[in-house]
Parts: sequence; C-alpha cells; structure tokens
Amino acid sequence: MSADTALCADPNYNFAYIDEQTKRMIRRALLKAVSIPGYQVPFGSREMPLARGWGTGGIQVTAALIGPLDRLKVIDQGADDTTNAVAIRSFFSRVTGVETTQKVAEATIIQTRHRIPERPLTEDQILVYQVPQPEPLRKLEPSEVETRNMHAWEEYGLMQVRLYEDIARFGHVATTYSYPVMVNDRYVASPTPIPKFDNPKMNMMPALQLFGAGREKRIYAIPPYTKVRSLDFDDHPFTVQSWTQPCTLCGARDSYLDEVIVDDSGGRIFVCSDTDHCEGRRELGHVGPAEDSERST
Amino acid sequence: MYVAVKGGEAAIRATHDLVAQMRRGDPCVPELDTRQIREQMKLAVARVMNEGSLYDEDLAALALKQSQGDAVEAAFLMRAYRTTLPRFGSSAPLDTARMAIRRRISAAFKDLPGGQVLGPTYDYTHRLFDFALEAAGLTAAPAVTPGGAPLDESMPRVPDILGSEGLMEPERALPDDPAPCDVTREPAEFPIDRDGRLQMLARGDEGFLLGLAYSVQRGFGANHPFAGEIRMGETSVRYRPEDLGFEIDLGEITVTECQMINQFSGSKDAPPQFTRGYGFAFGHSERKAMSMAIVDRSLKCRDLGEAADYPAQKEEFVLYHCDTIEASGFVEHLKLPHYVDFQGELELIRKIRREHDERAAEPALFTPSEAAE
Repeated sequence: MSADTALCADPNYNFAYIDEQTKRMIRRALLKAVSIPGYQVPFGSREMPLARGWGTGGIQVTAALIGPLDRLKVIDQGADDTTNAVAIRSFFSRVTGVETTQKVAEATIIQTRHRIPERPLTEDQILVYQVPQPEPLRKLEPSEVETRNMHAWEEYGLMQVRLYEDIARFGHVATTYSYPVMVNDRYVASPTPIPKFDNPKMNMMPALQLFGAGREKRIYAIPPYTKVRSLDFDDHPFTVQSWTQPCTLCGARDSYLDEVIVDDSGGRIFVCSDTDHCEGRRELGHVGPAEDSERST
Repeated sequence: MYVAVKGGEAAIRATHDLVAQMRRGDPCVPELDTRQIREQMKLAVARVMNEGSLYDEDLAALALKQSQGDAVEAAFLMRAYRTTLPRFGSSAPLDTARMAIRRRISAAFKDLPGGQVLGPTYDYTHRLFDFALEAAGLTAAPAVTPGGAPLDESMPRVPDILGSEGLMEPERALPDDPAPCDVTREPAEFPIDRDGRLQMLARGDEGFLLGLAYSVQRGFGANHPFAGEIRMGETSVRYRPEDLGFEIDLGEITVTECQMINQFSGSKDAPPQFTRGYGFAFGHSERKAMSMAIVDRSLKCRDLGEAADYPAQKEEFVLYHCDTIEASGFVEHLKLPHYVDFQGELELIRKIRREHDERAAEPALFTPSEAAE
C-alpha cells in the first residue's frame, strides 16, 4: 500500500465508505455467489449515499473488493464521462483515494452499467455490473416467492415460450438487451441490461464477473471460464446486432455503435459506445470514413 | 463534425453550485434556521424521520433545509446517514399504555377509561387561511388553559379492553420471544413475518400507504375498519446494555400509535372475533399511523385464511413498493442515460419494419375478392 494514496481518502469515512463488518457480510455473499454460478444470493444491502437504481449494488460490491492498490475504471453506456460513471468514480476517489483510470488495460476493477468493454478482459481483472433487476423471470412472474421456486426446480419453460412467441409475432426474439443467459448449464440469469451484442463476451471470460443489485438486495456471479449461453432455438440461433457502417470516428467495424443525431433533419452518425476502445484506436491512427474522405480531398 | 461530449465532471460540479444557489433563494430574505424548521415544521420533520427511519429531529430539520423541503429527498439524506451508524442493540419494547398522552381518541366508544383527549389537531379547524400568520412577529401562541383535571395516569389501550372480553384477536409474542428482524440488515424474504412487515410499513411512503388504505375502504379489500384508538404523546426509550445488567433511559420520543378494529367472521376453527391492524409512527403522524394500521390488517389475510384478491392484500406488491427511497430511486433512474439499450431497440424496430415493408411489396398470394370472403 502506498501511503500517498491512503492519505487521499476522506478521513471522515471508513475506507470505501462501508464499515468492515458490512464488507465481510458482502464478501460472504460474493463467495457463495461464486460457488453457485448464476444463483441470486440475498444480501443485507445497505442504503448508500447514491440513489437506489443508480448503482448501489455495484458500489457495494466494489467497496467490498477494493484495496488501496487497485485501479478503478467506471463506465456507463461504455463511456467514462457519462454522469453516473463520473459520480461513482468521484465517490470512490473520495472515500478510497485509489487511482482511477479510463483505460481498460490498466484497470484491476471495472464497474459497469449496460456494457462490457470491447477489449477482452484478463484473469487479473474483475468486472462489477450494476444490476437494476437481477431476476430474469420477473417480467413473466412478478412474485419473488414464485420465481425463486422456478429457479429451484429449474423450471424455465415460461422463458422459452416467451422467446418463441416473439419469433412467432415478429420473426425475431424481440429482446435486444437483458437477453437471458444460461449460466453453467443450471441457472438462467440476467446479464443486466447490456446489449445482447455483449452476451458472447460473458462466455468463458477469463475475468471474474460479479453482479450487485442494491435495491433488490441480490448478488450473483459468473466465475472465470464459466459457460454462459444465450437462450435460443436450434432453428433460430442467437445472433447479435450488426451495423452497415463503421464508427464515424475510428472506423471500427467490430464494436457496438451508438447513434448520434447531428442535425434536426434526420442526419445521424454512428460512433463507438466504448469510449476507451474508440480513443485507443484513434491514437493508433485509425480514422473513420468521414475523416478519411476529408483527408483525401 | 461530431466530437464526443467531454467535460461531464465540470458540468456535474456546476449543478452542485446551481442547486445551492436555488436552495438559498432570494438573498434579501433571511435564511432559514434549522431550529425554526424543527420547531415550526414539526409534521414535516416527523414524516422525514419516519421515512428516513431515524429519530433525530435536528437532522431531519437539516435534511429538510438541504432538500428545499422535499420530503423524499430529505428522507434519503436520513437513510444515507443512518446506514453509517453502528447498531448497538434493541431497545426494550415501548410501553405505549404508559406514555405521556397528549392526544387520545377512540371512534369505537363514546367514553372510555382515561377519556377522550383531543390534544393538538387540525381535525376540528376550518380550513380557512389565517392571514395573521403571514405578518411576521404578530403571532404569539395563545396561552393554553389547562384542563380541569389531570389526565389519568393509566390509559388502557382500547383493543386491550375488548381483549379482556375475548372479543379481540390477541397479540401473542412468538415462542421464546425472538428479537425482531431488521430489514436494513438482512434482506426481507417472502412470505414475511409480521415484524418485518411492520418495519417495512413504518418506513413506507405515507402517500402510497394512504392510497392503499383508501382502496381497502372503497371496496378493494374486505375490511371495514374502526379507529379503535389513536394516541399520541411522549414515551421513553429504554435499553439494557449487556455489561450493565439493568435498563437505562435513552431519552424521550414523540410517537403516534393507531389500532384499527376490523370485523372477522370466524372460521370453522375460530368463533367470530374482532381483528386488529397496528400502526406506529414517529412524531405526530396520524395519517401515516392510520394508513399503516389498515394495511397491516389487510396483509393479515394469509394468516386469517382470507382470499388475497386486492392489491392491498398482496404483501409482495405492498411491501416491495412502499419504500419511498427505493421507489423514487428506481423511477428517477430513468433519467440516467439508456442510449445503449435504446440503440438496440432502434436497430430491431427498423429491421422488423424493413422486413414488413419487403413482405408488403411482394405480390399478393391471393386476390382481394378471395380475402373478403
């Protein structure tokens, strides 16, 4: 531990805000979650100084994990500079004094809302998801008593029927985010509202994936190198989104793109949602089609 | 050329300055003192203490000042502070039969031991503006003439009076009288026991519980409640530290308690009996305590073998959704960016519409006359 970083933490609060007993309680829940991949472990979620639904689960998981030598990256929608990411990053800077980073490669802990970074993660990294609704069956069955029973009995027929009905009505599974996954061939779990584009990255990921739902008071986990399968049918295999054009800024064709409206007559461009990915490519000299054409003229 | 928006941190800092400026309002007007809020906005302070789940009038007054009077935001400040406090034990049960009564009414009996004590209430006022309050400095509180006789020392609770006749469902401690659960330490699990239910209702949003209680009265529930008793006053909180071995007095708090009496037709195992709903709140909070009592009774349906047909009878529905802080946090989280997910929806809806158009452009497989048949 470097004395400098520890000194930067706000002395009015315990390191990482929550007290050590509570951290131990969360760590016990995390250990149980890692032992039963995809199972939602109830935990004594504390009220945090950030609002419920704004990442209090992820914050508690990160707070229970983080040490003085960690380097933290926080993203929302793939970006480091969105309001939620800024607020959470500055919270941890204040109460831990740890170094923060915007580069995926440098981070030891990445707290995320709605995206998995494009750059593959390593065994030395932990990905902490903020989870609004941990229960993948909730929209089909509002009662927690019922859904816990359905998981216990591995009764997932209802979910398959829903996916089938989508295909019958629309020709596609009409779920583009929070696309349900089967973890370790046992529990159906919510990948949180990441776009289904990111689902394949969860499968056999070298990094530990932890999920914290503060308001719903649940923690679940996907240990490194665990099988994660997006639910589908043999004749309607799972597919991910694709775009016809590359990122306007960096020319990437393999990343998730956000649509940005640039004028009031329908003009729009597409740019990488993962800002670190996009900036890293531009630093390496990649350019998008627009700048390419500007250069050639 | 689009450039990714940067500078989120500076913009967020600026919002902090702006909200501080808005909170202060016109600087020509004297600033509010938190003591004024504590003394003169007592009912707002009580609501913040209830939903903030923490009895501290000074902090609740500060929370109201900091939040510009937004009760939900103020309760949130209380909760975020409460979570940092160590929990050193449970108090001894409050004995509300022995509290210093300031108000005690029963709608079930014309008179009763201890009498009806009206106390401070808006109930019998005309809701006409008192413009004298607008003119500062002119409103010394009127001198209050004390009643002719001192109040009885013992004010038996109305359900206890009925209980002695066997007409009232008894409240029995569980075997071994275990310590009540604490939903702020262990997550609530459903079906939930009454201790957890009462704690969640006590922390619950007054408006939400009021609406549910109203729904029960209007017919979305099977009960007709009588206000058996509402009492408000001061009671001391007593605590027995392990190493001391005897109870000590931690101080006095103002509380409101309500017990609703409800019909119950009995079952094949039990003769007809009245049942009760229990409401309790910090400070002078009658509306909250009454709503809580009606909803508590409504949620007894499982234990009494009643059908749970209405919203106020469904415990997961009521208890998961009555928490002000969780509800406001999650509803308002919709303000956070969701553009990644929305992009997924855009991509899908365009694809489905494109396929729809392509199908429409294909030659029809049958003629319109056939289709009309």
